[in-house]
Amino acid sequence: MLGLRKRNRLPDRSSHIEANLANSKIYVNDVSKIYHSEKNDVLALQNITMNILDNEFVCIVGPSGCGKSTLLRMIGGLDEITSGHIIVQDMDVYGPGVDRGMVFQSYTLFPWMTVEENIRFGLKMKKMPQEEQKQVVQKYLEVTKLTPFANSYPKELSGGMKQRAAIARALANSPEVLLMDEPFSALDPQTKAEMQLLMREIWEVEKPTVIFVTHDIDEAVFLATKIYVLTQRPGTVKKEVPVYLPFKRELELKDTTDFLQIRKQVASLIY
Amino acid sequence: MVRIKIRKEIPKKRYVTLAILAFVCILLVWSIVSELGLVESIFLPTPRSVIRYTMRSIANGTLFANMGISVYRILAGFCLAVILGVPIGIIAGTFKPFEAVVRPISEFIRYMPVPAFVPLIMVWVGIGESAKITVIFIGTFFQMVLMVADDAMAVPDDLIHASYTLGTNNFTAVTKVLIPAMLPRLMETLRMMIGWAWTYLVSAELVAANSGLGYSILKAQRFIKTDAIFSGILIIGLLGLITDRIFAYINKKLFHWA
Ligand SMILES: Nc1ncnc2c1ncn2[C@@H]1O[C@H](COP(=O)(O)OP(=O)(O)O)[C@@H](O)[C@H]1O
Ligand SMILES: [Mg+2]
Repeated sequence: MLGLRKRNRLPDRSSHIEANLANSKIYVNDVSKIYHSEKNDVLALQNITMNILDNEFVCIVGPSGCGKSTLLRMIGGLDEITSGHIIVQDMDVYGPGVDRGMVFQSYTLFPWMTVEENIRFGLKMKKMPQEEQKQVVQKYLEVTKLTPFANSYPKELSGGMKQRAAIARALANSPEVLLMDEPFSALDPQTKAEMQLLMREIWEVEKPTVIFVTHDIDEAVFLATKIYVLTQRPGTVKKEVPVYLPFKRELELKDTTDFLQIRKQVASLIY
Repeated sequence: MVRIKIRKEIPKKRYVTLAILAFVCILLVWSIVSELGLVESIFLPTPRSVIRYTMRSIANGTLFANMGISVYRILAGFCLAVILGVPIGIIAGTFKPFEAVVRPISEFIRYMPVPAFVPLIMVWVGIGESAKITVIFIGTFFQMVLMVADDAMAVPDDLIHASYTLGTNNFTAVTKVLIPAMLPRLMETLRMMIGWAWTYLVSAELVAANSGLGYSILKAQRFIKTDAIFSGILIIGLLGLITDRIFAYINKKLFHWA
C-alpha cells in the first residue's frame, strides 16, 4: 500500500558480524550522502568511516553545514544512506528504531503530555508492565533532576529543563546509543554549562554510548572521550582526536592546561 | 500622552472597553442618522424599529422557529463536512500521494462561488432539507480539507521523528503524535469554518425555503421591509459570534497545554 508499511517498520536488519568489529558498537563504513534536488545534487558527506565502541562518549565537531546533522540522522535511520553502510550492534541500519534514542536541537517533547507522560511514552509503546514503567520513569526523573516537575507541561519548563526531559525520555527506553544533535546550542551560557556537567554526570553513572554533535569545541572537549573532527562540505573525517582527560569532570577542568591544549588542537583542525 | 507601540499589550479591561465603545459608536451614528431622518427609513430603519420588529418576532414565535431550523441546517452541513473533511485533510496533510490527489482539486473547487451551485443542487438533491444542508456542506468542505491538511503539515517533522525513535510506526505516529499535536490548530480551523458556515446560510436558504433566518431576510427583501432585514442580519451575526465564542472557550479549556 503506497510503500507506507515497508518504510517505517522497525529496522529489518541482516546479521553482520565482522571479527575486527567485535567490540564495536557503531560502525560507520565508508558512508556518503548526496542530497538530490531539482536544481542540483549536493554531496553532503563523503567516505565517512567511524568506529564507536561501547560506552564511548563521542563528539562530532565541524563547521556549520558540513553534514553533522545529516550523519547523525543517518545513524538514527531518519535519512537515507546514499552509499556505504552503518552498523549498530552488528546489524545494518535501515530505518529508525528504539535502539537509537535521539535528542534534537529543537524541543521535541510532546506538548500535550506532562514530563512524566513524555518519559513514559516509549515504555508504553513497548508495552512494559505498569509497575516497571513507574520505576523507570521515577529513576530518570531523578537522574535528570526533574522529579519536582514530573507533572508540569513542557510549556511551563525552561529550555534547559525541556532538554533534560528529552534526555530522560530517550534514556528511559534504554537505547543502545543516544544520538544528540546540538541539544544545548539554544541555551544561555550558564544553563549550557550546567547541562554539560549534568550530561557528563549521567554518562559517568549510566554509561550510555553517546554520539553528540556540536559546533562548540569547549563542549566537545569537556564531554567527549573521543572527538571526530569533520572538514567543510563535503564532510569527511579530518581527524579522530582521543580526549585523555580525567574521568570525573568538573567545570574547573575548562581552565586546565590539558583541556586547553586539546581545545587548541581541535580548533586548529577546524579553522 | 499615551504611547502606542507595535504589538504592545494593553490591559484586558481597556481592550474590552474599546471594543464596546466601537459598537456603541456605530449604534450612535446609526441612531442619529436614522432618527433625524437624514436617510429614508426604507433604506435605513431606526434601531428602535429593528428592536421592535425583533421583539414582535420573538413574541409570535417566528424568530425561535427560524433560528431552530437554521441552526439545524448549519450544524448538519457543518458536521457532515467535519466527518468527511477532517480525516481526508489529515491524510492529505500526512501522505504526499493523497495530497496530490486531494489538494489541487480542492483548491480549484473552493474558488467557485457557492450560490452558483444552488440551481445545480436543486436539480441534484431536490428542494428539501438535504438541499440546504448540501449548500452549507459544499461551502465548508473543500476549504476545510485544505486547512486541515495545512494543520497536519504544521506539525514539526522532529516531533514525528522523535516518536519513531521511541517506538512508533507509521500508524501510531499518526494516531498518537500527529493528531494530538495538531488538535489545537484543528479546533481553531473548525472554529473558523463554523463561522463560514453561518455566512452561507442565506445562500442555503435561497433553495425553496419557507423557514429559517436566511429565508426571513429574503422574504423581507421582497416586501422591502428593511427593519426585518436588519433584524435578520444582526441575529445571524450574533449567533455566529456566539458559536465562535463557545468554540474559543472550549479550545482554551481543552488545550491548556498549548
Ligand atoms: N534536505 C536537504 N536537502 C538538500 N540539502 C540538504 C538537506 N539537508 C541538508 N542539506 C545540505 O547538506 C549539508 C549538510 O547539512 P547538515 O547536516 O544540516 O549540516 P550541519 O548539521 O553540519 O550544520 C548542508 O550544506 C545543507 O545545505
Ligand atoms: Mg546541524
